[in-house]
Amino acid sequence: MNTTPGGNAENVLEVKDLSKTFHVSAGAAGTKELRALDGINLTVRKGETLGLVGESGCGKSTLARTLMMLEQPDSGTVRFEGQDPFGLRGKELLKWRRRVQMVFQDPFASLNARMTAGQIISEPFATHKDMHRGTAAKTKRLNELLDLVGLRATDASKSPQEFSGGQRQRIGIARALALDPDLIILDEPVSALDLSVQAQVLNLLNDLQRELGVSYIFISHDLSVVRHVTDRVAVMYLGRIIETGTTEQVFDSPLHPYTASLMSASPKLDPAQRPVQRIVLQGELPSPLDPPSGCRFRTRCWKAQPICSAERPEKMTRNESGKIVLGMPGVGLDNAEHLAECHFPVSNPAEAGLVRT
Amino acid sequence: MMTEMREPTADKATANDTVLEVTGLDVDIRTPRGTVRVVSQVSFTARRGRTLALLGESGCGKSMTAKAIAGLLDPVASVSAGRAELNGVDLNQMTAKQRRAVAGPGLGIVFQDALTALNPVYTIGAQLGESFRIHRGANKKQAKAEAIDLMRRVGIPEPETRVNSYPHQFSGGMRQRILIAMAVALSPQLLIADEPTTALDVTVQAQIMALLHKLRTEDHMAVVLITHDLAVVAEEADEVCVMYAGNVVEQGPVDTVFSNPTHPYTKGLLDSVPSDAQRGEGLSSIPGSPPELNKIPSGCVYQERCPLVSAICREERPVLRETGVAQRAACHFSEKVSSAKVSTELANSFEEENR
Repeated sequence: MNTTPGGNAENVLEVKDLSKTFHVSAGAAGTKELRALDGINLTVRKGETLGLVGESGCGKSTLARTLMMLEQPDSGTVRFEGQDPFGLRGKELLKWRRRVQMVFQDPFASLNARMTAGQIISEPFATHKDMHRGTAAKTKRLNELLDLVGLRATDASKSPQEFSGGQRQRIGIARALALDPDLIILDEPVSALDLSVQAQVLNLLNDLQRELGVSYIFISHDLSVVRHVTDRVAVMYLGRIIETGTTEQVFDSPLHPYTASLMSASPKLDPAQRPVQRIVLQGELPSPLDPPSGCRFRTRCWKAQPICSAERPEKMTRNESGKIVLGMPGVGLDNAEHLAECHFPVSNPAEAGLVRT
Repeated sequence: MMTEMREPTADKATANDTVLEVTGLDVDIRTPRGTVRVVSQVSFTARRGRTLALLGESGCGKSMTAKAIAGLLDPVASVSAGRAELNGVDLNQMTAKQRRAVAGPGLGIVFQDALTALNPVYTIGAQLGESFRIHRGANKKQAKAEAIDLMRRVGIPEPETRVNSYPHQFSGGMRQRILIAMAVALSPQLLIADEPTTALDVTVQAQIMALLHKLRTEDHMAVVLITHDLAVVAEEADEVCVMYAGNVVEQGPVDTVFSNPTHPYTKGLLDSVPSDAQRGEGLSSIPGSPPELNKIPSGCVYQERCPLVSAICREERPVLRETGVAQRAACHFSEKVSSAKVSTELANSFEEENR
């Protein structure tokens, strides 16, 4: 991986050791530290979709908000095409903002009911005045956007209540596209939609990526959707990314016991894809106010040993012959390689009961 | 912890283990702009030790059906026709007093939103013990002991101390366990579970489904599972009723219906589930969205989105008819559904036309 100051030209986004701590009130005890992000490393390449999965409370949304510059990180770096957005001010910052956009989960809550669809989609032009000067140019762009997401030009004058859930999400996507971003963060973009409509929106996102070359960070708890739309996947647990790899690697031969249990627990329509044995984890996500020592997953892990509470695990990988070895030193979790933070990674899918031996 | 993958069917069906028989159920809602039928001619049978799934998207009437059975309809909604017989007694003909006697030992219900379903100002112990005090005349001490037993049964750690906690002191998964405990407290013959895992993470969902499965097997309850998740139905249910716009459009054994759907909506839903085979390709989707309940077309309810639509579909509403072994579908062209792939091309051209 290229580590020169300019970063790798293929990468849209490089995140290194990003941490964010919130101070929350704990009654008489004063304040407590909640480490929402704890040394996050990830990269997003041009035109790819990176999936971000994990249970609620694992830090997915804090990560998304930090990448949108809605939260200030405590430490670590974010490089967007080699540039640190947190160092930008004024016009430069405004220019940067148009390049990263977000689509929100709930299309019923995220659209202003007192604005028309056209006003919502073209609102970004009011802030970014140099983008499309003049009413004619703005209208032209609005119509382009409507067409791009499969809405009619006449829809621009309707208010959000007049649309179905799927159409509303199209409005949200059109608004995110308005400023020609390079990266769109999709925070559970289809989880509020019915199955039959969900497929329409996923197809639209796929077509837009092919057409515009935009990169996505796709946050979702629905593993079958993540498998379908992503190129690479990062799995989060209590503020850390515990496994990364290509979608095939992570889904078909997970290294981390947590990832394996996620794959095992998610219900499958096709009987052939169901695990031979199902891992049912005990308990729930521990409180992030008081995370376990060493490996954070050890309290729910079926492979936990004394060392797991004493030492934070290194990044491990599986070599060509299927043996578990230490991930290359200096290689972050941003590598295309399949890496997991675990003392005792799953040696093969059969061990986790995912397939027959 | 590893558990063996379970087989859905626990008990084999016999003729006389019918617990709930719903026939021709209609539910109407009175609105300022007239009466709207939200459930139309729904019929199904729930059997002892088996799980029946009501599957459909939001607004299809699956929750309304359950509420009508449980007698929990809003005042603006009412059952206008049909019967819902629990062990041969029509629930809709019961007086309020008779119903109260049935609620608990006869029928239990698990709601979707565990936080709003629990009373925030009473302890968990008081809420769990209530049914024992009402139905079994237990005193406070006995009720508390029963509550602790129940909590242990549904896997809540340290029940002796947690029994005095309030709902907000529990996590989402634990609250769902408490609701389940409450519903099964008096070992009901019928358990209605309305989207019991929708708000939960996948690892907790697996725990709750395993718990429901365990309880069903131990108590031989009939379970009516309401969900929009096809994969959950495929793994948990024995039979399925696919609902669309207030109507059952297809029903039968899950394996048969999912491997050989005979209604284009079932087929469309199954095709919209992302699978390995289509990775990187477009998903086949159903064009349009479900009709609003006050604008359900005459004729077939699915006509506006169906790739097989023809003149007869607009005129005549198809009735459920046999399409396979124990399988029924309401479609004029069911034999075409199973043979032809409901072609994506057809669906696409249809979408173009409607844009």
